[in-house]
Amino acid sequence: MITLGHYLVVSGMLFALGLAGVIARRNILIVYMCLEMMLSAANLALVGFSRFHLVNGLPDYTAQSLVFFTITVAAAEVAVGLAIIVALFRTKQSVDVESVTKLQG
Amino acid sequence: MHASIILLLPLFSALAVLLGHRQLKGAAVLISVGSSIISFVACLFFLAADDDNKLLLPFIHVGQFQVGIEALIDQQSRGMMFIVSFIGMLVHIFSLGYMKDDDAKPRFFGALSLFMFSMTGIVLAGNLIMMFIFWELVGLSSYLLIGHWYQKASAAEACKKAFLTNRIGDFGFMIGILLLFGANGGNVNLDDLGSAFTSGPLRPDAPGYSAGFTTAAALCIFLGAVGKSAQFPLHVWLPDAMEGPTPVSALIHAATMVAAGVYMLVRVSFLITASPLAAEIIAGIGCVTALLAALMATQQNDIKRVLAYSTLSQLGYMVMAVGAVAMAAQHGHDPHGPNPGHPAMFHLYTHAFFKAMLFLGSGAIIYACHHEQDIWKMGGLRKHMPVTFWTFAIGTIALMGVPPLSGFWSKEAVLGTAYDSGSNILFHAGSITAALTAFYMTRLLIVTFFGKPRTDAAHHATEAPMVMILPLAVLALFSIFSAFDVLATPLQALKPPHVEGHQTVLFASLVALIVGAGGAIYLYRGKTSDPVNIKLFANKFYFDEIYSVIVRVCQDRLAWIVTGLERVFVDGLIARLPTAIIARLGAATRMLQGGHLQGYTFLLGGGVIAVVYLVVFVLPRLGH
Repeated sequence: MITLGHYLVVSGMLFALGLAGVIARRNILIVYMCLEMMLSAANLALVGFSRFHLVNGLPDYTAQSLVFFTITVAAAEVAVGLAIIVALFRTKQSVDVESVTKLQG
Repeated sequence: MHASIILLLPLFSALAVLLGHRQLKGAAVLISVGSSIISFVACLFFLAADDDNKLLLPFIHVGQFQVGIEALIDQQSRGMMFIVSFIGMLVHIFSLGYMKDDDAKPRFFGALSLFMFSMTGIVLAGNLIMMFIFWELVGLSSYLLIGHWYQKASAAEACKKAFLTNRIGDFGFMIGILLLFGANGGNVNLDDLGSAFTSGPLRPDAPGYSAGFTTAAALCIFLGAVGKSAQFPLHVWLPDAMEGPTPVSALIHAATMVAAGVYMLVRVSFLITASPLAAEIIAGIGCVTALLAALMATQQNDIKRVLAYSTLSQLGYMVMAVGAVAMAAQHGHDPHGPNPGHPAMFHLYTHAFFKAMLFLGSGAIIYACHHEQDIWKMGGLRKHMPVTFWTFAIGTIALMGVPPLSGFWSKEAVLGTAYDSGSNILFHAGSITAALTAFYMTRLLIVTFFGKPRTDAAHHATEAPMVMILPLAVLALFSIFSAFDVLATPLQALKPPHVEGHQTVLFASLVALIVGAGGAIYLYRGKTSDPVNIKLFANKFYFDEIYSVIVRVCQDRLAWIVTGLERVFVDGLIARLPTAIIARLGAATRMLQGGHLQGYTFLLGGGVIAVVYLVVFVLPRLGH
């Protein structure tokens, strides 16, 4: 029997993997993909919550509609983010995160 | 109305000349001279003004406390106003000739107008704070005028010295004003203070009266006069002030500003009369100044310095008279009765004319000898400059006290008061000073005007131009006649009545005159170098040297200690230590901002974990 706990563990592992990738990887495109993975982890958790919270015998669709919002926003974010990466590559000739240290205090 | 015209006209002239001399060009000088002439005419009308205390401008008004620019009009201020405006006008006219070739004429005349404004303020002052404001302003204008030729190192030094020395006196004056301010409930109006001391809460038999306080207040106020009137031990600035142009010496450092101290003391005479000790100290200081300065004058070779020491000596006379009058009044010995005469003011009045004239005369000589001031390089000027000679001679014998010239009457009045004060020392010292005065003035006259010219400059000297001779001649007339009732009464001089029965005084002053003048004639006739050589007098009793040692030993050490304290406490503990702490903290926190995105993300993740840990595990255990 698969319970909410299983969904949440998978979601947590996905999120942790994503975070580890964001922190550890150098290539900015990989970092970007890891970010997407973290978003997917959140979506998975939401879908899990929706599935196990029954309202009048039906799943709670509020959570699922939130997932659609997330996917839409993520799509927009990809468009903007990739544009930024392209622009960054044009100025730095590199996709290494270490080469971007403009925020140093 | 007159009072405000007299006060404001020189101010406008000073502002116009100092601010607008580039646009005005030659007219700047005319504005200044014109304003001095108009003020003089206004002062002639002012002589007829009624006694009054007019508020011209409310200046400070905080709660109950009020200070106004007031004009206290009485016989003393009317008489003094005449002296100031009259000599001021003559000096302005004289300067037209003397400063003809100076490049910085507008600056000179502007400062002269500023001085006239400030001096008028002192004379009219109806309260001590107003007097203090203008007291500082005359100090400023004196500084500007002494340093007129500031390119010359000695002039720059002299103006600084005058300013700093006066600062000591002014500080005392300010403390004195504050003492009276506190004692009289914030009222420093001269009239009110006078009535408080004679019949109000500060009178000697009032409850809570403190003799020590009255003495302290009187001495602090007197310190102001010590600075401004160059009394011992702050006298050192006046001889150096001779670095200024000679007309300035005549106006400021002989006739008016240095007399402001005496004027102020007479204004607060109620305070001095209230304290026997203060009166004695004041008389003593005046006496010491008169005697020391006269001794120094006997060995000076610079024509202006002789006159400067003579001024010091005469100022000492006036201060001595202020003290002596108070002492006589304390002994219940009031020879003048209700007569408002005051020997110090009377001597100030006569002295102003002949001393201004002597200075202007010396200016004419210096001008004719191409800025030569050493009397041993002159000689024989009698033939070349007859008018200057005659006026100078009149001034000399007036100063020596030859009857019936003005100096005789005022000097006799001063000596008479010293005699009345019950102190033999004052009277003897005064008589000796009179003899010394006769001695050094005769010496000056003989060495400068008689004998043969000792240098080319003296040989080719010619009479000064008309604008310079005219003021000399006018002042010569005043030197002769100013003590007679025909002039003294309309000019509102505070002439004390002639005291009968003082044969001793008359005898002493005549003996002093004969001994002094006779000695000088005997010693100096036909000499080409000084036959007397007393190092102690020539070097002014080594006062300057003593002061520089005092400054070096005490002030520099003190400054060294204070600097050390400042470095440790102010710089170190208060400024540097907190800076260092903040800088360290900043460096530590800056490490966090490496600019690496992943570092930030790592910290963010760590933070999230920490928050989750706190919310899930720690807070429930604490009961939330």
